[in-house]
Amino acid sequence: MTLIPAAIFHMLIFLSVYVQVFFLVTFIENRKKIIMRNGKIILAEYPAVTIVVPCWNEENTVEKTVRSLLNLNYPKNKIQIFLIDDGSTDSTLNILNKFVEYLNIKVFHKENGGKYTALNLGLQNMRTDFFGGLDADSFADPESLVRIMSYFEKNPDIMAVVPSVTVDSPKNFIQNAQKAEYYMGVYFKKMLGFLGAIDVTPGPLTIFRKKVFDDLGYYRHGHNTEDMEIAYRMQKNHYKIEHCNDAYIYTNTPKTIRKLYRQRLRWIFGFINNMIDYRNVLFRKKYGNFSIFTLPTRIASIVAVGYLFGKIVYNLGDFLYSKVMQFKTVGFNPGVKNFIFDPFFFSAQTFFFLIILTYSLILFSMIFGRKMAEGKWGFSFKMLYFFPIFSIIAPFWLMNAVYNTLLKRRPAWR
Amino acid sequence: MNNNIDWKKYLIVLLITVGLFLTAIYLSNYFGAQKINQLKSIQDKIAIDILSSETQFSLLSELSCKNISDSVFSGELGELGSKLEWSQKNLGASDEVSYLKKYYSLLQIKDYLLTKKISARCGVKSAFILYFYTTAENCSLCEQESLVLSSLRDKYPELRVYSFDYSIDLSAVKAMLQIYKIKDTELPALVLSDELLTGFHSIEELESRVKESFKLQGIKAPAGDNKTSS
Repeated sequence: MTLIPAAIFHMLIFLSVYVQVFFLVTFIENRKKIIMRNGKIILAEYPAVTIVVPCWNEENTVEKTVRSLLNLNYPKNKIQIFLIDDGSTDSTLNILNKFVEYLNIKVFHKENGGKYTALNLGLQNMRTDFFGGLDADSFADPESLVRIMSYFEKNPDIMAVVPSVTVDSPKNFIQNAQKAEYYMGVYFKKMLGFLGAIDVTPGPLTIFRKKVFDDLGYYRHGHNTEDMEIAYRMQKNHYKIEHCNDAYIYTNTPKTIRKLYRQRLRWIFGFINNMIDYRNVLFRKKYGNFSIFTLPTRIASIVAVGYLFGKIVYNLGDFLYSKVMQFKTVGFNPGVKNFIFDPFFFSAQTFFFLIILTYSLILFSMIFGRKMAEGKWGFSFKMLYFFPIFSIIAPFWLMNAVYNTLLKRRPAWR
Repeated sequence: MNNNIDWKKYLIVLLITVGLFLTAIYLSNYFGAQKINQLKSIQDKIAIDILSSETQFSLLSELSCKNISDSVFSGELGELGSKLEWSQKNLGASDEVSYLKKYYSLLQIKDYLLTKKISARCGVKSAFILYFYTTAENCSLCEQESLVLSSLRDKYPELRVYSFDYSIDLSAVKAMLQIYKIKDTELPALVLSDELLTGFHSIEELESRVKESFKLQGIKAPAGDNKTSS
């Protein structure tokens, strides 16, 4: 390695170790504050909540989504459910119409305008002090809402509460890889919650105080990531976002690489462009850890993945070139040498130990995220699926998103 | 509460991270030193073997050649060579590695001389190639020639290949260069049966030369060798 690439490489490793240690220290600091409730809880008061289910061609999952809302352990007269059909072209509307006889359900139909327009239609019609969305591909645990509402009861400063989102019955390799990622997400989200630095209020059942929308306005397009844009807007205005780790939402995840790719392309594109829109929030003391830690970490991770990918491609190219040279010079001679395993040839370079450390910390975050999301300790072999899937494909959607941003090309929803 | 930034924490995390980095650097140095020690002990063993063979040769020179064991150039010198090459790439060109490389060159020369002496005295000739390359500049032909030679050695385990870095600062190697009149403009260079070959030579060509050399000395090429130069 020549000097400058080696310096960049070690710098990036330093940053990733720093971020992981930062999370670990936050965890150790706050570990006693992480509560996991098993049974039912009772609130002093049950404020009324409006929950909007925006639907666009969700005929396969929406019924289960609505049923999960009807099963919530919360007084029925305190939940107002809006089912909003955003110009679906399949039988979604027919399914929604099955629910019209429920007193607390209202069905709306509008022309297709994007998810944020459906959510805004809900906001325009709501009469309650609390508002939440639930994506039509996600299902709420019966205890989720009451646990979320207990956070608002405890602290009137809290403006939004984010639940723990996990993967609903993963069936294949790709979904299991995402399951591990979502576990990790639960852990990181909780830690960001302690830091006051949550950067996404995801579509699956984040609950907001009405005041957020009264003060800051409705949802915006937000480059197809309206749930990120609203979180940025809230952070910019010092509105507190918390994470309720024992409120579980199960979400349907993409089953194929292609669908996963599209979803992530949209997310990363959304991140880059929201970041550009909110660039004046970056590295400003007054915006707290969100500005000093969360956003720089996200940016560094994009740079790191891009750089490491370039390095891997370069090394691979170099390796292939040497193999081709070998073939050209001496022909193909497989297995002439007896390959003897010799620990001498194990790498002893500094970065080797640091990479092992980083991977161990990532694995720890998955294990602890699982503990928070399922109440179970333990390592599952399937957690390892995360590494190949995400390290091979993530660089492509990252670079694709950067490319699209440069060309101002907006990715499709799915 | 949450919008206050806890700078102390940022600093503590920085210190922990620096600590982890230093630990990793320490581990790296520790294992690197272990590897160097391993190399040293292999070299010491080879040095003793050569010295022992030399002594044995001196003692028995007036007796039958039957008692002379084959000199050391076993897998060990080859193993040492590949480990040294790896170390140079992965541990960096430290003083210790280059010192070990000099020692290695010297051991090769001693083994070469001993083998030559035994062959002359006892008529048990063996085929060897002296190979000169350079690492001082980018020499792609040298890399290719190295591939040819290691593939050839895989095929003919009896073949000895002594390889020398042209740019090494060692008077013994410089003497070899003088003897065979090798110039840096003609690298890679090979000495096969006292004949100097410069530039790249393909595996087919070398194989036929080596086979000739084998034939001359009445040693059969190893069995199971399907691919011959046609």
